[in-house]
Amino acid sequence: MNALEVKGLTKKYRDFTLSDISFSLPKGYIMGYVGQNGAGKTTTLCMIAHLLKGDAGVCSIDGLTYEKQPVQYREAIGYIGDKDGLVPDFTIGDVCSICRDFYPSFRADTFRAYVKKWKLPEKKKIKTFSRGMKVKLMFAEVLSRETKLLILDEATNGLDPVVRREILELLQDYISDGERSILFSTHILSDLEQIADYIFFIHNGKKVFFETKEELQEAYMLVKGGSGELRAPEKDCLIGVRESDVGFEALVRTDDAPCLPQGVLLEKPTVDQIVVHMIKDMEG
Amino acid sequence: MKVILSNQSELPIYAQIREQIKEQITDGRIAEGTVLPSIRQLARDLGISVITTTRAYRELESEGFIASVQGKGSIVLKRDNKVLREQYQRQLQEHLDAAVQIAQKLSMKEEELIAALKERSIL
Repeated sequence: MNALEVKGLTKKYRDFTLSDISFSLPKGYIMGYVGQNGAGKTTTLCMIAHLLKGDAGVCSIDGLTYEKQPVQYREAIGYIGDKDGLVPDFTIGDVCSICRDFYPSFRADTFRAYVKKWKLPEKKKIKTFSRGMKVKLMFAEVLSRETKLLILDEATNGLDPVVRREILELLQDYISDGERSILFSTHILSDLEQIADYIFFIHNGKKVFFETKEELQEAYMLVKGGSGELRAPEKDCLIGVRESDVGFEALVRTDDAPCLPQGVLLEKPTVDQIVVHMIKDMEG
Repeated sequence: MKVILSNQSELPIYAQIREQIKEQITDGRIAEGTVLPSIRQLARDLGISVITTTRAYRELESEGFIASVQGKGSIVLKRDNKVLREQYQRQLQEHLDAAVQIAQKLSMKEEELIAALKERSIL
């Protein structure tokens, strides 16, 4: 059974439409939901977490639907957003007792262990916490109860590389038993890209592609060359060409690479580079 | 077992893992019967995706270096089996081809190349 199944999510706003988003994420895997600011990432994630009501579409988590089992559905999700949603005047003790009342599966001892491990100040109010501390607190909260799916909406924004690295390991621990999955959205891929199994790319509210990262990185190559080396027939197979006085850079389908003239440099692209050139290509 | 991944490498990540494990099985640093770390454990240790490590193991399996045994994990197979011999032979061919190509670049004569091989004392 898939950890998460999403079918036909649609939401119309006056100046933006999220249209017909569908995908499924198997158990034990990590999916990166990638797109520019305003592409529809948060809208999708909030609809899955049922923090936002859509116009159409169904989601199921491990077979549960919100329509049939709203409580279990909500409990199966651990959601961490860009904005923290923590009460500024609370202390860690307040957070702990609220969670204990709210979630039957919440384990205060696990929570305390995380607090200790990350040296979070127990006496201070949350409003005095740094961004890194707040994110860690949210992770402690979510990881101390039984969930099936983590939804992270730009959760690692504004964190220093050391903390990002720690979070990365945490995420890999989370999926290590092969039963739980993670859906994260981001516009900074570099580090999270490494651990993602699947990449979903959304642009202007529509799906551009949904593939395993392996397939994606094999399907495309990055091509660089001098500006004089660009000629008409080959130019057609280039995707999102960026030209300057000293040369050009573009994306090319690996199948088309043999048609390119000798002397151009071909490299394996990062997901970031694939996305950037595709956006350039779509926007002309 | 040792696996070191390089971002500068020409090889994709899964191939780097495959080649490094293969090398260590071939030269005996990983002994026959060794249980390799699980796919998920390796992904976590290297900070890479599960699909990547799955692919590396799958290829090692199809090339006859390891076998996955239900409930036990991935186990290193006997070194002197037929598949491995074929692997070595193919590797030898490739290196010989490369040596011949370089010899041609140096305009070496056949006898000179054979002499160079003989110096290596296995012939």
